[in-house]
Formats: sequence, structure tokens, C-alpha cells
Amino acid sequence: MNENFFYHALQVDPKICFGCTLCMRNCPTEAIRIRNGKATIYENKCVDCGECYKVCPSGAIYVAQDDFQSIYNFKYRVVLMPSVFLGQFPEDIKASQVYSVIMDLGFTHVMEVEASALIHSKLSNKYIRENEDKKPLISTFCPAIVRLIQVKFPALVDNLIPIKAPVDFTAIYIRDKLLEEGIEPEDIGIFYITPCAAKIAATKSPVGEDKSTVDGVLNMDTMYNMVLKEIKVRGKNYQKKISANDVSSDCIIFSLTNGEKRLNNNKKSFAIDEIHNVIEFLEKVEDDEIEDLDFLELRACDESCAGGILTCGNRFLINDRMFQRAKKLAERERNGETLRKKEISKKEDLLIDNANVSKIMPRSMLKLDPDINVAFQKLSKIRELAVKLPQTDCNVCGAPSCKALAEDIVCENAKMTDCVFMQRNLEMRDSLSSNESVEIMKKIWGEEKLKDYILNK
Amino acid sequence: MMHTEFTVVEGDFSNAGKASSEIKKMLKQLDINPQKIKKMVVAVYEAEVNAIAHAYGGTIDVDIDQSKICVVIKDVGPGIPDIEKAMQKGFSTASAKVREMGFGAGMGLPNIKNNVDELDIKTEIGVGTEVRMVVNF
Repeated sequence: MNENFFYHALQVDPKICFGCTLCMRNCPTEAIRIRNGKATIYENKCVDCGECYKVCPSGAIYVAQDDFQSIYNFKYRVVLMPSVFLGQFPEDIKASQVYSVIMDLGFTHVMEVEASALIHSKLSNKYIRENEDKKPLISTFCPAIVRLIQVKFPALVDNLIPIKAPVDFTAIYIRDKLLEEGIEPEDIGIFYITPCAAKIAATKSPVGEDKSTVDGVLNMDTMYNMVLKEIKVRGKNYQKKISANDVSSDCIIFSLTNGEKRLNNNKKSFAIDEIHNVIEFLEKVEDDEIEDLDFLELRACDESCAGGILTCGNRFLINDRMFQRAKKLAERERNGETLRKKEISKKEDLLIDNANVSKIMPRSMLKLDPDINVAFQKLSKIRELAVKLPQTDCNVCGAPSCKALAEDIVCENAKMTDCVFMQRNLEMRDSLSSNESVEIMKKIWGEEKLKDYILNK
Repeated sequence: MMHTEFTVVEGDFSNAGKASSEIKKMLKQLDINPQKIKKMVVAVYEAEVNAIAHAYGGTIDVDIDQSKICVVIKDVGPGIPDIEKAMQKGFSTASAKVREMGFGAGMGLPNIKNNVDELDIKTEIGVGTEVRMVVNF
């Protein structure tokens, strides 16, 4: 894997984007600029958190996904469904009903991702115990957080727990099981239903892994629509084909906030969700401000995966439904109606052998240059420019803040004259004509916007 | 040489860490070794808290060049009567009020000393203290 290649599932449709700047102003890593009237993403700064997608008023930001028909490239088609997928459906739709309907959409096997959650947590607890010196240890469950740490907190990459995610564990298990049944490797296609863009990015260019464990990714909103439609069409008298028996009650809420923390018996651990909260906390962790910290569960979305950008419905309701399901299942386990130990535990050794990812490398977006002399000159220049800019953060230059513009200028991605205050200043001194100013604005805001708001009025 | 200044306000613990976080950002932009960044940040934070807790406010002067960062924290305050004693772990003259806020454990100066390459303290009773510290890149 080329270390400079980072797949991003979040994309901007230039036909729809009208350059409203909302995404740029809300991006937690300042990865967006307006160029030619459209939002453009700096790929080395984007961590796929999806904040831009959430705030976009026109639906111009979309999440690229594999074509559903690509499942038919395989003779055996496995769908891996996270528990949060089931949480989207109203209470009267049963888990087994969703399992059955999703099979009918064209899959030969279905499995719930969190089936491997207990094995995952056992391994991560073991890693925490054996790596006292690296504390606090940080979960790698949320791929947006892994990328955030790589670009913004490079000093903390060694604190990341280098273990694959439950989706990888479950994929490895089911692939091995099908191979044992004598199915040819090329006939097996494993598809993952994702609640967010970060999981797609992690699948297409996994951090610390050579090859993805799944063959394709399907967006949760698309799958929700397909399943719900089938359920509506068939009405209430649906025959169940398969029972939902992959997960124990402990696993269902693994992807929710506190899901990992509660399976972890460390003294001082925190579960923090929502990316700005995470950034605020990591600043403190990086400075060693919090003593004796053992473990951190960090998730980019508010309410963790229930708040994933591709989930359908209100995140608090999804959260509640998942808790209700876990509670009911726990009762059945207590009554001996179902076993807590599942099939997957038979292959625990296989999963343990394949659990590790290789070293996760920092890729700081902050460093101005690898050569300290050059970086020093650039930083001096940025500080010099920053005081000349008006500190209005008006976004008219196409950057999220005056500070960001100063950085862009020094990195040769923008010019001082992109600032409207600077333009007026130069015009007053006859160093810039108003036509030249219009040309500058055209580059940032595009011909159309200029026509609509300056030239034709 | 790059120069930045900050002010420290007496008793304003809630704003402690502003200077160190600005310094952190600059050092990250220079791609300085994360361990060195952490050392400087911890030292500056401790010194900042010292000035807030013991003195009547002061200034922080930061100078960075290609080879090192030098931070000078100058306060107007009571001064340190016995520097040797103040350098001992656990020795503190912090008031009960300051201790109640979780500061004043007597680790300030020892912690600074452990984290920097050069430490120079000038103090005058009834006038103030100047702490100069350097981390080489």
C-alpha cells in the first residue's frame, strides 16, 4: 500500500455544491477550501469524520459506495450487518425479520458484525495489560479517530491499540468457515454495511494493514431503504427463514458510547464521543495533563455509531432500541433460552492469530516542512502574514480563517490578494485594478457566482 | 528568531495552559520531536501555574529558533526565599485555597527541572522571580 494514498469516501458533487462555506466552517481539521465556487477537500487533512456531510444544506457532499450489483460477482455473498443497522427499525420489526429480508435481497449468508466483539475486547484488554508503558491506550475502533490522531496528534500514535476492528474479525471468521465448507476463495464475497464514511475509507485503504478483510462496502441508508421497502411490501405475515443468533447481549451495544469501556476493567478510563469533544480531550492527553489514565474509547460521532452519518432515524432512538434489544436478550440468556457463547468462539485462536495490525504511522498535517530550517522560515512568514490579515474569518478568500489563509499562502496554495481587505488596500494605492480583483474573486467563487452577484447586477 | 509573548493573571487558574498550547502548535508546525514538545509544554504549564499561584501575575516570553526554544517566565511576586528547598519534591508554600484547587503539590520546580535542558532561576524577595528554561531540538 502506497503510504501517500488515502482513500476518502466523502466527495463533493460540483453540480450541486453552490459554495455556501458551511462545510468549510465546520470541518474540525480545516480540510476544506472553496475553489471555483465549490467546496474542495484537502485529502491529507481530511479524516473522514463526516461533519461536512452533516451540515451540507444541499446534499452536495455524498458518500461513494460500491454498486449493489457487484455482490453478484461472487457465488457466495455474505452481508455483515452492524447491530446499529437493526436499531434503525421501529420496535415492531424483529431482528429475525431484518435478517431474513436482507438475505432475500440477494445474499447467501448474513452475520452480525458484533459477533466478534467479546473476542475483540478480550484481546484489547490483554494488550492494555501488557503495555503499561504505553498508557493511556486508545481504542482503534473508530477509524476517523485513528486518522485524526495520525494527522493532528502524531505524538499519540504509539498509544493506539494495534488490533483490527470487530468487522475484520467477523469477516475473517466467516471467510474461514466457508473455506472449510469447501467453497473456493474467489467465490466468496463479503460485504459490509457501513454507518459512516470513515469505515469505508478504512476498508478501502486500511491503516496498518495490507489488504482489506471485506470485498465491498454498502451504505447503511441505502440498505435501510431496501430492507424497509421489502418489509412493507410483504406486510406482517412474513415467514422467518433464519434466527438472529449471532450476538450475545454484551455485544449489541459495543458500537455505542461506553460500549468498549464497559467491557474493560481498567481503573481510569473514559468514553468520549463527538469529534470536537475528542479533540479537546486529546489536547490534554498529549500534554500529560491527566494522570494515571489507562484507556480511552473515542468516537467521532455524537452517540457513537448510532449517530453515524449514514444511519437513518434519530440517534437517541436508535440508541434506546439497541439497549432494549440487549436487555431482552440478557433476560433470555439468564432464563437459559439462549446461550451466551456463540459459534464464533470456536475459532477464537484463528482470530487471535490474525488480530494485529502493523505499526500505525503518524502523518502530521501540521508540519510545514520536513527540513526544520524551511519549516522555521515558513512559520515566521505565517506569523508575519497573520497579523496583516484582518482577523475577521469572513471566508471570502475561500479559507476557513485568516490563520488558515496565512498557512495556505506560505504553502503556495493561495495568495495574499485573495483577501478582500488586501484587495481594497491595493486598489487604494493603485496597485490593483478592480478588474484584477474581479478575476481573483472569480478563481475563488467561480464564474457563475460572479455573474449572478457582481457582473450582471 | 521568532518571538511571542503572553501575560499571566494572578489567580486565573482557568486560563493556565493557554501559553503552552500556543507553543505546542508552533512546535508541531516545525515538526519537532513529540517527546521534546511534551517536555516543553509540561515545563511551561508548571511555570505558568507557579506564577498564577504564588505571584501577582507576570509575562511569558517565548523565543524559538532552528535549534532550541527558550521560555522566560517573569513574575511580580514574593520571590523564592530558598531555591534549593523549592527544588525538592513535595516542598510547597502554596496556600490552602490553591491546594484545594488541586495545585500546590510541591512538584512544580522539580517537574520543570526534569523536563528542560537548561534551567535558570533568578529571584529577589519581595520583587519577583524569573524562570528561564531551554529545550534543545
